[in-house]
Amino acid sequence: MTLRPDPTFHATAQLAMQAPVENYGFVVMLSPDASQPDGIAVVDLNPKSDGYGTIVHQLLMPNTGDEFHHFGWNACSSSLSPLTGHAFLERRYLIVPGIRSSRIYVIDTKDPLDLKIHKTIEPEEVFAKTGYSRPHTIHCGPEGIYVSTLGGGGEDGTDGPPGIFIMDCETFEIIGQYEMDRGKQDKHYDFWWNLPQDYMVSSEWGLPPQYENGVVPEDLLSNKYGHSIHFWDLRRRKNIQTMDFGENYQMALEIRPAHDPKKSYGFCGVVVDTTNLQGAIFTWWRGEDGTWQSKKTITIDPRPEDPENLPPLLQGFGAVPPLVTDIDLSLDDKYLYVACWGLGEMHQYDVSDPMNPKLTGKVELGGIARGTKHPGGGDFAFGPQMVEISRDGKRVYWTNSLYSTWDTQFYPGQDGGQMVMAHVGENGGLTLDRDFYIDFPKGHRAHQIRLEGGDCSTDSFCYPNV
Amino acid sequence: MELDANTLAALWGAVIFSGVYHGVNPGMGWPLAVSAGLMEGRHRAMAKAIAALALGHLLAMLAILLPFSMMTALIRWETELRIGAGLLVVAAGVYLVINRRHPRFLARVAPSRLVLWSFLAAMAHGAGLMLVPIYLGICDADLADAGHEAARDLMGQNITVAFAVALAHTLAMTVAGGAIAAVIYFYVGLKFLSRTWFNLDLVWALSLIIVGAFGIYMALYGH
Repeated sequence: MTLRPDPTFHATAQLAMQAPVENYGFVVMLSPDASQPDGIAVVDLNPKSDGYGTIVHQLLMPNTGDEFHHFGWNACSSSLSPLTGHAFLERRYLIVPGIRSSRIYVIDTKDPLDLKIHKTIEPEEVFAKTGYSRPHTIHCGPEGIYVSTLGGGGEDGTDGPPGIFIMDCETFEIIGQYEMDRGKQDKHYDFWWNLPQDYMVSSEWGLPPQYENGVVPEDLLSNKYGHSIHFWDLRRRKNIQTMDFGENYQMALEIRPAHDPKKSYGFCGVVVDTTNLQGAIFTWWRGEDGTWQSKKTITIDPRPEDPENLPPLLQGFGAVPPLVTDIDLSLDDKYLYVACWGLGEMHQYDVSDPMNPKLTGKVELGGIARGTKHPGGGDFAFGPQMVEISRDGKRVYWTNSLYSTWDTQFYPGQDGGQMVMAHVGENGGLTLDRDFYIDFPKGHRAHQIRLEGGDCSTDSFCYPNV
Repeated sequence: MELDANTLAALWGAVIFSGVYHGVNPGMGWPLAVSAGLMEGRHRAMAKAIAALALGHLLAMLAILLPFSMMTALIRWETELRIGAGLLVVAAGVYLVINRRHPRFLARVAPSRLVLWSFLAAMAHGAGLMLVPIYLGICDADLADAGHEAARDLMGQNITVAFAVALAHTLAMTVAGGAIAAVIYFYVGLKFLSRTWFNLDLVWALSLIIVGAFGIYMALYGH
């Protein structure tokens, strides 16, 4: 508890854009074969610093096999609403779940160059208190810290549906399940919300047996992965509408609502359309009558490829699917970044008109059967994946790993973790910085990035832009 | 009667002051009014939100003061009642000093239900309790002023005073909170929200203890 609100809390997205820029990034280090512990790497992002563009500190966990993936802050700008009653939290702790072990670490970043494990929640406690397993996305909100999970109970996580649970934002005690009425929701992945408008949106990947040992081609071709998103009355904890994009839209993953809470729309990325291998982005919005609507507003075509250049999984198709695995929206709600992990491309769309996105920038890096090198000369394993945008919208960072077993299926023989940065042009456009290239320590891959002081997939704002 | 007139004025001053104190505290809701105004893009929405917050606060004040106004009819127990009320307020303050956590159920109230939220927030933080010793002091000063009357008349009079205290306090709170909301909304912008927000939790809890102790002191030595 502090005497003043944390200086990194901002009433509006506009104010967050004007705030001082990031000095550090925190990046997940994943040991794909669980031979080493996973960890958090601290990357120096201050161009004036000697350590700029390098890993200046790392904290490895005391366990192996956690499989770090996504993580998040204990507190964000959402604290600035009197409704939450915790305006004096510090943005200080990273909540880092292991999606394979179901263990959760709370990491103290008070000194970014000396991270410490503040608390560890063992898997048994997660299972016992929530009935869920495989914790994933973290958001701080009205009732504390919300954690989405990918698995239900039981050994393989299929005993009951996965969902969201809530943790106390001060003690980090697990409180229990979020849902009071989940409706048709039976799979889970990402979620986010609009706090003043009091709605939440959640998405679906697949159940643990569908991803833990790799993608299951039969399930994908028979459209058994998630293809719906769910709209919730956030504070009543009730599913008010399930929207099915269509069963061919397999793996509806990242949910990115507009940051300005006055707006009632957002985006969702779909990994692959099984009818034509396209990647797709849907825009969702609240219609005049109050019900939720959606429309496919971006499609990305697959690239034909000689089967002999393709991994066994894709040889039958003779094409490289884009595989839209992550999307991120700048704080001014202007640019949507779309990672095409299969093609090896990062796209930038102007979504000022959310119903008519325009492609304004594109960078090629890595990619199946292409392997484009970084302009600085370094190799880029796999393709562009987890993407994070600086608060001011001028720099875009990304890493390359999707998920341990999937990396190997789509990019057999490749390994390594890389993080790169691209600059955003005055009127759009995206250019890789040839000098910013971080090669992760051997044996570790890189996944989600969190920026010191918040970023474009962390903070929820309670007040509209002026 | 000179002393009592001064005491009475001071007590009414305390009613107004506590209203201003509640009103300027962002935790009691004025930022929600700014938010409502900006969300709808018109200042009428802000005025409506301020009115909703005021109504919830007023109801919370009455919910606490009215039971005490009933009890003031027990005129023989007046001193005991005032000491008991003072102890209750001190206890609430001590509790809030020890337990500095905000009740989580408040976070489950939908942002559209501002009357309910304002009522619950005021109740949870003992905002009404803070007025009790002051209110009982006013009843006592009135009593001294008017001489002993029939218990029934007295109770009627005390209920009127309870409404007057709650209204005056809420009016002061609304004017103070509304003024800040308007300045932020029309002139200086939301960056001042985080700059003007101070953690008053401890000050608040200590205020309850001081007011409660003052009430006990007045009951014992006020005459």
